Amino acid sequence: MERLQFELECEEEAAAPAGPPVVVGVVGSGNLEVLVERGAPVGRCRVVVATSARGFADTWRAVLEDFAARRRPSGLVLSVNDAGATPAVVTLRLDQAIEEYRGGRR
Amino acid sequence: MRPAALDRRSWREATARRRVAALLDPGSFAEWLPPAARVTSPHLAALDLPVAFDDGAVVGEGLLDRRRVFVAAQEGAFMGGAVGEVHGAKLTGLLRRAARERPAGILLLLDSGGVRLQEANAGLIAVSEVLRAVLEARAVGVPVIGLIGGAWGCFGGMGIVAACCDGLAMSEEGRLGVSGPDVLETVKGVEELDAADRALVWRTYGGKHRWLLGDADRLVADDVAAFRVAALELLAAPRPLELEALEAEHRTLSERLETFGGAADAREVWAALGVRDLDLVARCEPDELVRAEGARRRTR
Repeated sequence: MERLQFELECEEEAAAPAGPPVVVGVVGSGNLEVLVERGAPVGRCRVVVATSARGFADTWRAVLEDFAARRRPSGLVLSVNDAGATPAVVTLRLDQAIEEYRGGRR
Repeated sequence: MRPAALDRRSWREATARRRVAALLDPGSFAEWLPPAARVTSPHLAALDLPVAFDDGAVVGEGLLDRRRVFVAAQEGAFMGGAVGEVHGAKLTGLLRRAARERPAGILLLLDSGGVRLQEANAGLIAVSEVLRAVLEARAVGVPVIGLIGGAWGCFGGMGIVAACCDGLAMSEEGRLGVSGPDVLETVKGVEELDAADRALVWRTYGGKHRWLLGDADRLVADDVAAFRVAALELLAAPRPLELEALEAEHRTLSERLETFGGAADAREVWAALGVRDLDLVARCEPDELVRAEGARRRTR
């Protein structure tokens, strides 16, 4: 397992309601779970990743920075348990996580 | 809150968490030891394997048709729903709490290959504790209902747990057994059971066969709403847990072995039961089978 931590800068979401923690996804082969909680300072998002695939820190950073720019997860902590998901799957799960956290699956 | 349309959805395709949310009255579920509590497996961490924040078990309480029930759901997609120390402790804790607090019933949403081999003895002990806790809850009059329709079926020690429930509902897609097809093929050879033969696997372990034999009390479509109806019916019909009932069940099982023990295939069992159209069993919808053969199947 490799443990990675990222501190992302992001613009503040205009109307980000504070909800209870949300988890999406399952730790199965090629999949991951993402737990969303409050706890980072405004304008920042902390992401803690535990992944079975070693050596992909740069890829994680690229995927997460793109996510932070698009979804502005200001003030949130995302905890990830990953079982070798591809970047595309990671992106989908992050989007799903933020949508469920903000209320309602779209 | 869930829109009603979302309740018409596949049980098999849903995650454990979604099954619980869709089964209970909307918004009524309160989870114990939720993912944010991060009670994860120390054994998997020691082996440097991925953990899950809920260790593959969702437990808590909610309302089923406005009655308080306790619910445990296994997530098959995490390590095949296998029972590790934490996963098992969550099930056992739920069952023991039920014995104290006496809810209207306990629903076990089973989806498991059995013991988590990575946790070895801790997993085996956990399953034995779950078994005892099921019987303790039943002994004080809290009915325990098993629901089986996930992709991983219900095998190993969890298959035994299922058989100890007051009632079982299965979908055609669900499977129930102790030694699963891959185990049998490995131990006994492909001539005994070809685990790649899906039709053979399902007519040996699948919901229709289990319902015809009386192991499952309800056969339902792969639909969350159908499981909900079955759970309500089964909660209303607990089985007595007393010596007389157990002795009767043992007699039934002995007789079953005498009657069907020589059968080489489930189809021979169905023929011996008096099922008229053997091909129909595999082909038809669950409700058609219930109408056509409900009078001929075994019951317990």
